[in-house]
Amino acid sequence: MTPSTATSSTDTTVRARPGGGRIGDSPVRPDGIVKAQGGFAFSSDLPIAGAAWGATLRSPHPYARIVSIDTSAAWAIAGVATIITAADVPGRATYGLIAADQPVFASDVVRYVGEPIAAVAADHPETCRRALAAIDVTYEVLDPLIDPETAIDGSHPPIHPDGNVLRAQRIVRGDVDATGDVVVEATYEIGMQDQAFLGLEAAVAVPDDDGRGVELHVATQWLHEDRKQIAACLALPEESIRIVLGGVGGAFGAREDISLQVHTCLLALRLGRPVRMAYSRAESFLGHVHRHPATIWMRHHATSEGVIVKIEARFVLDGGAYASTSSAVLLNAITHTQGPYRCANAIVDGWAVRSNHLPCGAMRGFGVVQACFAHEGQMDRLAEACGLDPVEIRLRNAMSTGDVLITGQVMESVAPVARCITETAALPMPTTPIGEAPGGPGVIDPLLLPGGAGLTADVGHVVRGVGWGVAMKNLMYSEGFDDYSTARCQLADGIATIKFATSEVGQGFVTIAQQIARTVLGVDVVVQEPIDTQIGSAGSTSASRQTWMSGGAVDAACRAVRERLFEHVGARHQIDPLRLVIDGTDVVDPLGDLRVPVAEATAGQHFDETLEYHHRPTEELDENGQGNCHTAFAFVAHRAVVDVDPELGLVKVVQVATAQDVGRALNPLSVRGQIEGGISQGLGLAVMEEIIQIDGRIRNASFTDYLLPTFLDMPDVELTLIEEPDPQAPLGAKGVGEPPCISVTPAIAAAIRDALRTFDAGDGGRRRDITRVPVRPSDIALA
Amino acid sequence: MGVLVPDTLDDAIVALGAQPDALVLAGGTDLMVEINEAHRRLTGTETVVVVGRLPELRTWVHDPGAATVRLGAGITYAEVETGPLAALLPALAQAARTVGSPQIRNVATIGGNLATCSPAGDGLPVLAALDAEVELVGPDGRRTLPVGDFMTGVKRTARRPGELITAVTLPVLDGWQGYAKVGVRNAMVIAIAGACLAVDGPTRSVRIALGSVAPTIVRAPAAEAFAAAEVDWDGAAVSGDVSRRFGELAGQAARPIDDHRASAAYRRRAVEVLAARLLHRAFPAEARGSTVGG
Amino acid sequence: MSEHYRLHVNGSSHDVADGWIGESLLYVLRERLGLLGAKGACEQGECGSCSVLVDGDLVCSCLVLAASAVDRPILTIEGLAEPGAPTDVQRAFVDAGGVQCGFCTPGLVMAAHALLDRNPEPTVTEIREQLSGNICRCTGYGRLIAAVQEVAVARGAPRA
Repeated sequence: MTPSTATSSTDTTVRARPGGGRIGDSPVRPDGIVKAQGGFAFSSDLPIAGAAWGATLRSPHPYARIVSIDTSAAWAIAGVATIITAADVPGRATYGLIAADQPVFASDVVRYVGEPIAAVAADHPETCRRALAAIDVTYEVLDPLIDPETAIDGSHPPIHPDGNVLRAQRIVRGDVDATGDVVVEATYEIGMQDQAFLGLEAAVAVPDDDGRGVELHVATQWLHEDRKQIAACLALPEESIRIVLGGVGGAFGAREDISLQVHTCLLALRLGRPVRMAYSRAESFLGHVHRHPATIWMRHHATSEGVIVKIEARFVLDGGAYASTSSAVLLNAITHTQGPYRCANAIVDGWAVRSNHLPCGAMRGFGVVQACFAHEGQMDRLAEACGLDPVEIRLRNAMSTGDVLITGQVMESVAPVARCITETAALPMPTTPIGEAPGGPGVIDPLLLPGGAGLTADVGHVVRGVGWGVAMKNLMYSEGFDDYSTARCQLADGIATIKFATSEVGQGFVTIAQQIARTVLGVDVVVQEPIDTQIGSAGSTSASRQTWMSGGAVDAACRAVRERLFEHVGARHQIDPLRLVIDGTDVVDPLGDLRVPVAEATAGQHFDETLEYHHRPTEELDENGQGNCHTAFAFVAHRAVVDVDPELGLVKVVQVATAQDVGRALNPLSVRGQIEGGISQGLGLAVMEEIIQIDGRIRNASFTDYLLPTFLDMPDVELTLIEEPDPQAPLGAKGVGEPPCISVTPAIAAAIRDALRTFDAGDGGRRRDITRVPVRPSDIALA
Repeated sequence: MGVLVPDTLDDAIVALGAQPDALVLAGGTDLMVEINEAHRRLTGTETVVVVGRLPELRTWVHDPGAATVRLGAGITYAEVETGPLAALLPALAQAARTVGSPQIRNVATIGGNLATCSPAGDGLPVLAALDAEVELVGPDGRRTLPVGDFMTGVKRTARRPGELITAVTLPVLDGWQGYAKVGVRNAMVIAIAGACLAVDGPTRSVRIALGSVAPTIVRAPAAEAFAAAEVDWDGAAVSGDVSRRFGELAGQAARPIDDHRASAAYRRRAVEVLAARLLHRAFPAEARGSTVGG
Repeated sequence: MSEHYRLHVNGSSHDVADGWIGESLLYVLRERLGLLGAKGACEQGECGSCSVLVDGDLVCSCLVLAASAVDRPILTIEGLAEPGAPTDVQRAFVDAGGVQCGFCTPGLVMAAHALLDRNPEPTVTEIREQLSGNICRCTGYGRLIAAVQEVAVARGAPRA
């Protein structure tokens, strides 16, 4: 076995420039250099001497009864250390984030292709593969539930004891009989998107010597929730399970649910030695939840001036085989029916149902992506019906702080919707003609045309279009969940030490946390302790919540320490501590002449505070979908410029412009990174990313066939940050992670529609529409 | 048994003769995917013969007299993409630029592309349109056969056990040639339709070969004959109607299937459009009296 | 079933013993030589995370049969620079905001070095094409392009 040569993933202490790295600066990531040098230890990079490899046997059928499982041939293979099935799960047989409805291992029925049935541990990954192949499972194949409508109408028998409907929720608001002069309706479809983080699922479990506990190094979004679910399945107290964050190679929602955590721990406890598990890409597609595919019907009523009168809608989300967070995703989807627009009257029916497809749950945008694609399509239809341009229709309906949502909740967040739109509109349009590089010599580069190096198009085949999308996104958790985060701050000898269980998934919380500590405490050096369960929960790195929640917790802990510091300085110098402030790296009395460097004031001292930050309580919706269910909101606008080859249906996104409501940019470079990265994911959903399942079987579980945007697919991004600090937010900063990927998708779809309108106008009354994403070449070329 | 890295072609042929079912490894970009994904299960008793760096396979020769280029089977797509080979074989260079990623092109070989014989193999429509000759060497000696005879089906070829693809010989034509490929993304993508069109001026012939629309690469003889007859050779011009009809005839040669990458209907449409556009590129002047064409 | 061979990695010779015949160079680098900088994310040459140089060519190490790489100089991210002494490209990636989760970063660093070695003054489109074999899921590529441009400019600047 090889020794570990990797640097600890949490060894991320760097010294900022003196006085630098404060809130509002853009200091470099503390883990940046070690990542760029390949020394950062991801959860796949934790070789431990004597560790066995684990691997998972998965169902080949979307729906089948397990008649028998025979592992005898697999046990006979040299190098196989152990094999476990459902019978070896000592505790609760199932797990789940909201409802524990998913078996650790299927024992009687499999409900999706890829459902775990058994796990093996062996000396080499190839031995594991052979062992899995040698396990003989006999199935009685059942009729799978493929069409979500059969779950709603009850025509398919229940595929799970909990029934086929995961949640049905209605919203009724105002005068449901209201009508408008103008009525537009359409049905929209959104395909199943994969988070496609690059760092595949991987973990190492190290059992305690007495076999009564385990330490798990894993890439996850929520350490404490993992621990809770693992403990229940292992029938161990939570304190006996220590979770250490393995380096996380991206998450985007896919690490919110359990994947290999319980299996790895079970194998390690069974063997009494460390076990590593690592999914392949193909397995990863089966092993985590995905974005819900959705079918959304909307009918908008408006005045002839384009003012929305009423919205009717019906949402059907395919949740796949198990519940995961489907009920929360549905809530988000239906409560964002109106988008960032005023609407007094609404009637919305939402369904999240079970099927024998891959389970769906959290992905960046969490239900709002689906709603936004539909409501933005509707806004463009309204604009056309009313003879308005896409910007004008949106400005006429733009919501403001104080407006009442269709849930009856009053919009209390800063809501600069109109500013997002007008500032996006003010960003420069591409100045170069089709196929030419900006600032280039004025010659056509085929790489800049749809089809790229495939040389499919000449300039004359290509039409340019412009489209708009605007989004509202809730921040933090909703519906009464007591959402909080915990942080500890210590200050001694001029060095601050911070600790939290906030999962760093790449978003840069480790950078922000240090900026907060430096700013509040007037220090340059901030040591960050390992991210693990040796402190209270931070909640999940999801829902655009960590800057607000864990940022709030770090801020609170640092402020508490600062109070102790001021008390100490005040006592020593006979000054009321309330008079003291931090100025640079000094404690200062602005009313007098006291100025003491923090390093000097803390010499030989040790201040230590741990605090929780809670956001204000929220409520569940009632049967009519009324209630203060959300915490806060952020807004964003996108304008996409797209070149389309209408005959081949190929697309090149030329530019995306965006203005985003960020409250306050704590680290402008990080914000930019979130925005550009989110846009690329939204672009992926718009034109290429979709998990394809036929008869319940995934057909493209690889990066050869599940296509992600490359360098050549991603356009230039023009952006502007709208900074109106939100009084609710502890640092004035809103979460920025999700909004970028939401309305860019409908903006690109709208730009394609716009290009087709132009092309079809010269093509004898042909009229092509785009109502689903991803937009496939055939959706354009054969429409 | 094991991984053999012979130094010479002769050693490789001897090794393959001794183990006719040995796996032949050139760039590895196809075989390693099969191994990594366990689609090809190795028991540990296999022999792998590594041929990608054999000097005899790493050379190419331009014979101006015969107007041919002989490419060693180990020539990579990166080598074809630019430089002197790109000037001699422009359509192959265009195809090369669409093969996988730069990393793939650095190792993926012409011979490997032929040996795998995927209907989506990017270089293959070019070889088919140019009537390339494939050279194989085996225990019984050397033989050549037309690429059209070499490719017998989806990932099936006329290569016999123990044989090694050593070279492919292409004519250097006097006329426009080009390649076009439809994929869903703007880089690093598998073809859902591809086409190569090559004009031979002296014989006034037009050849077109289609990829990803049949079990293997297909030519479109009816379209070729139509183009040869209808193109304005002296004016280097083609009308929109002719190019459109050419596209339709090319599409009729396709036998596409529905799969997760594209529908059969779309693939057929795509090769129709590509064929028409390629013909226009070959004969860029607009023939008099024509309508605007694809 | 076991294979024995020697690999030349980052200037040193390494014995590889007891290898399974099908092991990729990526697997051997990571699991047998303890060089964990190259990352596996697709096993198909479709993401570039495992990029290394073999014979000076940028390749996906997941698609190199390890035992076929005998006698060939292999350069991995670990061989580029000593820990804590990053190359200009590595420094620029961090400074420009091109590193988020960092999983694609080592492969991209290798690709960016290979690009700049061949083409010291690439256009934006050339950067996009030459790096198109490296998928990044976090950044949307904009900061990475900026980083490569910054290095190109800095290298071209007259030495002070």
